[in-house]
Amino acid sequence: MTQTTLPPVEKTQPVSAPGGTTSDRSKSERKLGWLLAGPALLVMLLVTAYPIAQAVYDSLFDFRLTDPDNRSFTGLSNYAVILSDWLWWRSLLVTGFITLVTVAVELVLGFALAMVMAKALSTIRPVLRAAILIPYAVITVVSAFAWQFAFDIQTGFVNSWFGWLPGIGEDTDWFGGTWTSLLVICLAEIWKTTPFISLLLLAGLAQVPEVLQEAAKVDGATWWQRMRKVTLPNMKAAIMVALLFRTLDAFRVFDSIFIMTGGANATESVSFLAYRQTISRLEIGLGSAVSVLLFLAVVFIAMSFIKGFKVDLSQSRGEG
Amino acid sequence: MLASTLAACGSDGGGVPTLTWYTNPDSGGQAEIAARCTEDAGGRYVIETAVLPREASQQREQLIRRLAANDASIDIMSLDPPFIPEFAEAGFLAPVPEDVAERVTEDVVDSAVEGSTWDDELVAVPFWANTQLLWYRNSVAEAAGLDMTQPVTWDQIVQAAQEQQVQVGVQGIRAEALTVWFNALIESAGGSIIAENSTDPSAIELGLTSEAGVRAAEVMQTIATSGTAGPALSTANEDSTATAFESPEGGFNVNYPFVYPRALAAVEAGTMEASVPEDYGWAIYPRVDADTPAAPPYGGINLGVGAFSQYPDLAYEATECITSTENQAYYFVTNGNPASDTAVYDDPEVLEQFPMAPTIRDSLELAAPRPQTPYYSEVSGGIQRVYHPPSSVDPQETPEAATDLITAVLRKEQLL
Repeated sequence: MTQTTLPPVEKTQPVSAPGGTTSDRSKSERKLGWLLAGPALLVMLLVTAYPIAQAVYDSLFDFRLTDPDNRSFTGLSNYAVILSDWLWWRSLLVTGFITLVTVAVELVLGFALAMVMAKALSTIRPVLRAAILIPYAVITVVSAFAWQFAFDIQTGFVNSWFGWLPGIGEDTDWFGGTWTSLLVICLAEIWKTTPFISLLLLAGLAQVPEVLQEAAKVDGATWWQRMRKVTLPNMKAAIMVALLFRTLDAFRVFDSIFIMTGGANATESVSFLAYRQTISRLEIGLGSAVSVLLFLAVVFIAMSFIKGFKVDLSQSRGEG
Repeated sequence: MLASTLAACGSDGGGVPTLTWYTNPDSGGQAEIAARCTEDAGGRYVIETAVLPREASQQREQLIRRLAANDASIDIMSLDPPFIPEFAEAGFLAPVPEDVAERVTEDVVDSAVEGSTWDDELVAVPFWANTQLLWYRNSVAEAAGLDMTQPVTWDQIVQAAQEQQVQVGVQGIRAEALTVWFNALIESAGGSIIAENSTDPSAIELGLTSEAGVRAAEVMQTIATSGTAGPALSTANEDSTATAFESPEGGFNVNYPFVYPRALAAVEAGTMEASVPEDYGWAIYPRVDADTPAAPPYGGINLGVGAFSQYPDLAYEATECITSTENQAYYFVTNGNPASDTAVYDDPEVLEQFPMAPTIRDSLELAAPRPQTPYYSEVSGGIQRVYHPPSSVDPQETPEAATDLITAVLRKEQLL
């Protein structure tokens, strides 16, 4: 049995455009498109492109917020300082670890939840969807505090509830070591954002044509075969979008680390490093350079996803 | 509704200057003092309070970013002392008029004046002064045969705690509290984190590898590895050690005076036996070496006047009202924050509510500020990074590693 997907929708030319020449109508449609998207594009440029350009510019200077008079151009030396510092590479590894673990677990859990939401009886479906989405509605800082309190050695209940598990006791100090701290941080992230991924996957599930499922059933395909050969291939675009969004999101992890460990025990993420240089040390130049490197990392992730999955993003929106 | 809004606008424009006082979160004491001083001002100014974030480091971050943008709405600020040099050096504090400087330092404890001074000049108004005491359980000290009327050393305390199987509460969290503890240790040993100060960051010389610095690291290591510091030393802060001190395992705790009203409040709320605070004893901070007096931590809040304030003169007038003996006594009694004005310690109401007030005053006279430098965040952040967790401290290696890191960070050659 081969993978079964519907053939890609043929790009339809406007009927009034024989011979491939651009007609008045398509011209005006294009114009209307620009008019509609233009303001949003402008706002996007204003709120994203401008700060990014400013950060790139600032990153070339030795600039302390409390000492603006001694600002001096230092070229790429801030980047040299960062890239030759083990702290940067360690933070990158920690960020990569958190991203990998949380996204992988969230994808599996999110898919399961999406299936539950899709297959649930229509009477309980709205309640179920709302219940699954609640963690996503919680502010990240609040969820971080909740998880911190739960695992805290004094106020937490985890040590007494799970004391029967090997390795957990009254005196287990979760935030006292690197791996235990990272575990709680990952758990908090997973709890909080799995609903997001499951919502995106649910949209993908809804796009799988029922005719294909039925055809596969008639052919005698088992549940597992239908899942592998029909459902998943047809959801490729949705999975890609969900993964991409969550990976970019996870890579910028900050709140949970800030609240739970404050970067102690080697749990600093790249965002946290940028915060500490820019906001705590007030070294705008050095901090901007960290932010620019973070931005480049994010661009790299996005590009490799799009190349790696070989999916046209616009397809997931049902465009031609 | 509309009419009252308009009326409010009208009165603002009517000429009574509004001074905005950025306060650290407390139990409402600063807001009440603001109201009292507004009344005393008889219509010359109105003080409004705006509350800053809970953590001192975050208070600094918010204030400094706004001042860097020349925020004129900041008239008066409640400042944590270690950050005052940075504010002063950046030109964010309006100069203190000479007559004001003279009046607000009269009968004020030394550490508070020192903490308000930068470059030999008073740059802030001393408000309240905090210090850590050695809190102990009378029953434990008695059983261990410790004479608490005499100064005690860290070694004695650790030994007593080991014998009695109780905890020694110290703050080992990677936060400002760790610097506070370490600074008290190195100052008690006769040294300083910064040996040679300078406004040029690359010229600052550290004293971490000095004899006193190594001794401080030794004491830290001894306590951290003695088995008496509790199961969560690396995340222990002031609150968690106070909680541990309240438990049956509580034996000793170096902490601020809030420990006492906190326990009384718990008794009132019915969550603690009255016998617990009755067993509390207090003494001057432990010594590092038996023959050298301790240098307890100094903290608290001093008042700065924003350099971009429209009414610096009125703001300084207001700080004098805020820091009056009467208001400091009120603040001590209601919010538990000790005064910098020595006259307050003779107030019968203060003595009744805080029987340890004389010890607090003595401790404040001995107390040593944390390093005074405009680059305090770098210095403190470096200490926190290398000396955390305390159990990893090695007197042979840690002081040198910390010196290397902080020096590189100050020269902008390394990340923090």
